[in-house]
Amino acid sequence: MNFLDYTLEELHEKLVNKELTAVELMESVYENIEKTDEKVGAFLTLSKDEALAAAKEADENGIDPDNVLSGLPVGIKDNISTKGVRTTAASKMLEDFVPVYDATVVQKLKQAGMISVGKLNMDEFAMGGSTENSALKITRNPWDLSKVPGGSSGGSAAAVAAGQVPVSLGSDTGGSIRQPASFTGLVGMKPTYGRVSRYGLIAFGSSLDQIGPFTRTVKDNALVLNAISGTDDRDGTSYRGETPDFTEGIDKGVKGLRIGVPKEYFNEDAKETAIVESVRKALDLYEEMGAEIVEVSLPHSKYGIPAYYIIASSEASSNLQRFDGIRYGYRSEDIGSLEDIYVKSRSEGFGLEVKRRIMLGTFSLSSGFYDAHFKKAAQARTLIRQDFEKAFEDVDVLVAPTTTSTAFEIGGKIEDPLAMYMADVLTVPVNLAGVPSLSIPCGFSEDLPIGMQIIGKHFDEQTIYRAAYAYEKATDHLDKKPSFKGGE
Amino acid sequence: MNLEPVIGLEVHVELKTDSKMFSPSPAHFGAEPNTNTNVIDWGHPGVLPVVNKRAIEFGMKAALTLNCSIANDTKFDRKNYFYPDNPKAYQISQFDKPIGYDGWIEIDVKGEKKRIRIERVHLEEDAGKNTHGDNGSSYVDLNRQGTPLIEIVSEADMRSPEEAQAYLDTVKQLIQFTGVSDVKMQEGSMRCDANISLRPVGQEEFGTKTELKNLNSFNNVRKGLEHEIKRQEKILNAGGEIQQETRRFDETTGETILMRVKEGSSDYRYFPEPDIPNLEISNDWIDDVRASLPEMPKERMERYVKDYNLPEYDAGVLTATVEMSDFFQETVDNGADPKQASNWLMGEVSAYLNSEHLELHETKLTPKALAEMINLIADGTISSKIAKKVFKELITKGSDDVKALVEDKGWVQLSDPAKLLPIISDILDQNEQSIEDYKNGKDRALGFLVGNVMKQTRGKANPGVVNKLLKEEMDKR
Repeated sequence: MNFLDYTLEELHEKLVNKELTAVELMESVYENIEKTDEKVGAFLTLSKDEALAAAKEADENGIDPDNVLSGLPVGIKDNISTKGVRTTAASKMLEDFVPVYDATVVQKLKQAGMISVGKLNMDEFAMGGSTENSALKITRNPWDLSKVPGGSSGGSAAAVAAGQVPVSLGSDTGGSIRQPASFTGLVGMKPTYGRVSRYGLIAFGSSLDQIGPFTRTVKDNALVLNAISGTDDRDGTSYRGETPDFTEGIDKGVKGLRIGVPKEYFNEDAKETAIVESVRKALDLYEEMGAEIVEVSLPHSKYGIPAYYIIASSEASSNLQRFDGIRYGYRSEDIGSLEDIYVKSRSEGFGLEVKRRIMLGTFSLSSGFYDAHFKKAAQARTLIRQDFEKAFEDVDVLVAPTTTSTAFEIGGKIEDPLAMYMADVLTVPVNLAGVPSLSIPCGFSEDLPIGMQIIGKHFDEQTIYRAAYAYEKATDHLDKKPSFKGGE
Repeated sequence: MNLEPVIGLEVHVELKTDSKMFSPSPAHFGAEPNTNTNVIDWGHPGVLPVVNKRAIEFGMKAALTLNCSIANDTKFDRKNYFYPDNPKAYQISQFDKPIGYDGWIEIDVKGEKKRIRIERVHLEEDAGKNTHGDNGSSYVDLNRQGTPLIEIVSEADMRSPEEAQAYLDTVKQLIQFTGVSDVKMQEGSMRCDANISLRPVGQEEFGTKTELKNLNSFNNVRKGLEHEIKRQEKILNAGGEIQQETRRFDETTGETILMRVKEGSSDYRYFPEPDIPNLEISNDWIDDVRASLPEMPKERMERYVKDYNLPEYDAGVLTATVEMSDFFQETVDNGADPKQASNWLMGEVSAYLNSEHLELHETKLTPKALAEMINLIADGTISSKIAKKVFKELITKGSDDVKALVEDKGWVQLSDPAKLLPIISDILDQNEQSIEDYKNGKDRALGFLVGNVMKQTRGKANPGVVNKLLKEEMDKR
C-alpha cells in the first residue's frame, strides 16, 4: 500500500469497511519505511512494537466511523516530546534522552486515535533549512536524492513525500514547515501563533514556534489541524478563543475572494524564474475562478531576516541554557569542576550552527548591545506585523512564493550560513507577524516541486484552506510522484 | 569628618500560595528533597510556565499594603545565569515593569516617625537549593524551585541601623497582616540584603556603596550594618576609598567579609519572557484586591484606642503581630472586657510566651477560654489569685468549658454569706484581741482576720465579701 494514492478519508473508509485493518496498514507502513528509508533517511527512531500493538488495539476496539483519524499512522518531528520514546531534537546533547511526558499535540493525536510510527529527523534544535544540521543523520529529498528535503522539518517532509506515512507533524519558527513542504511537493501549514499548543515542543524561538501538519492534500491537512488545535492550560500563549472546524466551507470556492499579492515577495530578477512564473500562473488561475487579485505592499518585510535572526537566536540562547549537563542529556566525560560541566558538555554536545546562534543571541541580549540589536529587532517586528494587519484590511489572503529556489544540492549551502539564512526571506515575516501560512505545490522546475504560500489573517486558517483547496482541485500537481532518483 | 550612613534594603518575601509561581507543584516546606517537583520545575525540554493567578493577587496585596501603585500593564522577564539550583538557567522575574512601584511605609524609631520610600515590588520565582555532601558529591533539591517571591526594593532613605531594623519590622508586620506570607527570617520566607554607603553630613551625593548578604535575622541586619559603618568610617577617615563590592556577614565574628568585587554590573541578559503574555491588570481587579485586604495594624490600633479606650501604647503592642491582634479581637468578641483582655495578653500571656519561647498558636489557650476566664473573675466566680492557676491550666492543657473546669477543681470562690458567716463567727470567737485592736483603729487586725478566713477556706473565700462580713460582724459585737 502506498499512501500517495489515498487521502486520509479514503484510508478511513477502507478501515471502516474492513477492506483493511489497522494492523495491516501499520505493517505496510513499516514495510515502506524499510524499503525506502535507507535512501531517504527520514526517521531517527521507529516505535514499531508500540505502533503495532496500538494498531491491534484499534482493530479490537473497532475503528470509530465518526473519527476520520482513528487507526491512522503519523510521524512526529523529533523536537516534540513523546513519553517513553527517545526525543533528540537531532542533537548529540539529547541523543539518549527519553521524555517522561507527551507533548499536548501528541496527546491530542492519541485521543484522535492516530498512532505514532516514530520520530523524524530535523536540523539540530530546528536550526537550519536543509536538515543537514542534524547531528544524527542525513535526510534526502525523495524527488532527487542528491537534494536536501529542506528544513528544519526535513524528516517530516521527506517521510510523507516518500509515502512512508500519510501525515507528519513539523514545527515552523521561520519557515521550517513551509520550506520543506515546498521542496518536497507537500501541503504544509504553519498555523497562527497560539493556535496549536507548544507544550512539549522543545523551544527554539518561543515567540515564533508553531507546530503544524504535513500532508499530501489540503483537506487532509485541515483534518489533522482540527485534531491538534485548541486552548491548552499548560501553554500561556495558547489561543483562548474558539477552534473552528477547518474543513467547514473548504469547498466553497474562491469567487469574490480578495487575494493580495505582496509586490516585495516577487523578485522578477530571480535566477530561478520558474518559481515566480508558477505563482503568477496560479494567480491567473485564481482570477479565472472568480477571485480578485490586488497588489499590496509589505514594505518592512525586507527587515525580516535580520529581525528574525536576532529575535529567534536571542530566545534560543536562553531556551538552550537548560541543556547544561546537570540533570539530563549529554555530559562531558572530562569534568574537573562545575564550570567544566557547563562549558565542556555544551561545547561537545551542541553542533556548529546551534553554537553560532547561541553566540549571536547572547551577543544581541548583552548589556550595551541590547538596544541596538534585540530592541531594534522587536521594533522592526512590530512594523512587519502592522504591515500584514494593514494589508488584511483590504484582502482576505496573501499569495506569494514560499522559497526563492527549489531544493538545492546536499552540501550546496552548508558552508555559507548567510546564504542559508537569506533563503528564509519569504517565510520569516509570517512568523514575526504571527499569522498563519500554508505552502502548497504549484508546479515543478526541472522535476523539483515549487511551493506557493497562502497567508491568512490571525486565526483565519479556514480561508487559507478554502483558497488552497480550490487551487488543488483546479490543478493536477498531485499526479506527479517522487522518483527517488539521484543520490549515490 | 562627620559621616552619615545611607542605607537601602532589598527584601525577598516568599508568598504562601498552594502551588508554585509557574507550575502546579505544591509550594510547601519540609518535604523530602525533590518530591514537590514536576517536569516544569526540572526544566525538562518543552515545558512551559503558566502564571499562578493567586501569586499575582498576593503580590498585589503586598504592594498595596506598602502603598505602591499597581502597574496596569506588567510583564515577566528572564534573568539568565547558570547555576545547578536554577534548572532552566534563567529565573523568571520582572525587570522594567514591576507589578508595584512608588510606595512608602512609615517607621517609628523611639517615637520619631519617618517615611521610607519603596522603589518597587516585583514578582519572581525562587531557586532550588544546593547542598554539598561529605562524600565529595553535590546535591540539588528543587522543592523550593519556583516558589513565588516578591522582592521589595526600598529607596536609600534609611540613615541608621535602627531605622533599617524599624523598616524591616514594619514591612514584616504589614505583610504578615495581609496573610500572603509567613515572613519568617529563620525559615527563609523573608530574606534581606542591604546596600550601605557613608557620606559627609550635609552632602547630597551618595558615597560608594557596598552590598551586604547573609543577613539572616533582624539582629544580624543591625549588627552587619553597624560593623560595616565602622569599617567604612575607618577607611574614609584614613583618607581611603570604598570599593564597590559584595560582603558577607559572618555571624560568629560579627564582621563583614569580602565576597566579590563588582566589575560593572553582572550581565543577566534580561529580556521579555516570551512564554508568558503581558499581564493587563484592570482597575477593577486592583479595586477587588484592595477591598479584600484585611484591617491593617494602624487601623486596628486606632480602633482599639477609640472603641476600647486602650492606651495607645497597649494598642500598639496588641497590633504588633497579626496573631496577637486576632487573638485579642476574638477574646473581646467572645465577651471579654477589652481592658482586661489587653491586660492579660500583655501581662501573663506575653510573659508565658517569652519564658517558654512559644508563639500563641503553639499553646492550648483559646480566645474563648480566655474570655470565659475574664468573665468568671468579673462576676466573682473566681478570685484573681485563683485565676492565675486557671490561666496556667488553660495555656498548658486548654479547656472548652472554663466554668466546669473551675467547679471540677473546686476553685469557685465562696461568696455566699450563709456559708461564710459560721466560719467568720468561729474565727471572731477565737480572736477577741483582734476585735479589740480593730475597734481601736488598728487596720492590721482586719487583715489578720481576713487572712484567717482565707486560710480556713483554703483560699476560696471571696476576700471582698469576707471583708464586708467581718466588719459587719465586729460592729455587732
